[in-house]
Amino acid sequence: MTIGLGHYLSVAAILFTIGIFGIFLNRRNVIIILMSIELILLAVNINLVAFSTHLGDIVGQIYALLVLTVAAAEAAIGLAILVVYFRNRGSIAVEDINLMKG
Amino acid sequence: MIVQAIFFYLFACICVASAVMVIASKNPVHSVLFLILAFVNAAGLFVLMGAEFLAMILIVVYVGAVAVLFLFVVMMLDVDFSQLRQGFLQYLPIGVLIGGIFLAELLLLVGAWTIGPGIPQAITAPIPPIASVPNTAAIGQVLYTRYVYFFEAAGMVLLVAMVGAIVLTLQHRVRVRRQDIGAQVARNPRTSIELRRLRPGQGLETNP
Repeated sequence: MTIGLGHYLSVAAILFTIGIFGIFLNRRNVIIILMSIELILLAVNINLVAFSTHLGDIVGQIYALLVLTVAAAEAAIGLAILVVYFRNRGSIAVEDINLMKG
Repeated sequence: MIVQAIFFYLFACICVASAVMVIASKNPVHSVLFLILAFVNAAGLFVLMGAEFLAMILIVVYVGAVAVLFLFVVMMLDVDFSQLRQGFLQYLPIGVLIGGIFLAELLLLVGAWTIGPGIPQAITAPIPPIASVPNTAAIGQVLYTRYVYFFEAAGMVLLVAMVGAIVLTLQHRVRVRRQDIGAQVARNPRTSIELRRLRPGQGLETNP
């Protein structure tokens, strides 16, 4: 039995779904939502690398590198916003974050 | 080939199981640790696919930087996390519904999909044979030549994120004396030196 492209795509699809499921499940906890976003980006990276190595085109790996960069930046900014918000309000519950409601 | 299959299923199962534990665990510290486990196993999958450089970068960036950042923040915030989990079961049905729809669609897509006939001819940067050019060198040869602007844009994104995170979390304490460079530079002898004529035996009152 050979491990082909479909196997990796299935793993990525399952990880993506778990990420989305986590966002729905932990609607009140911003930290878990950020971690779910990281899982989704990981699934995207697995997809990109799987296609890259299957088709023999290295551009997919470069794109995965850029996605990794953006994911790291997003985590840093998101956690900084979270820390500032906690310092100001003393809570990180999502439903309390409504200061900018129109 | 059978070894590759065994390792694929090992890495995939641990990766998916730890991803489930990330979203289901009660303690956010455990969530972060399971996130690390998921990323390490995804790096194993990358190695199986033949993308060693990205696997190592995944470990360095995620396990070394992002997960530690998460860990710091989780431990720094004094939050009652059990109170944040109250709507857990309430959101479960809609989450299962939407997640199931997503998973069914994605798996149907994976099952019923083929590579178009023109795609193999349209490859822009083919991977050189691994015996002559290793993966890291192959990525570097393309990244620093054709995609150098994207590389620099990624660097700019990281710089902006770093500056943004510092600006957001920097707090000025009130009682700490800080260096005021403008006041220092604006000093001249006339404002900083004062000559007084003193008689013997007489003191001098200093004004603060």
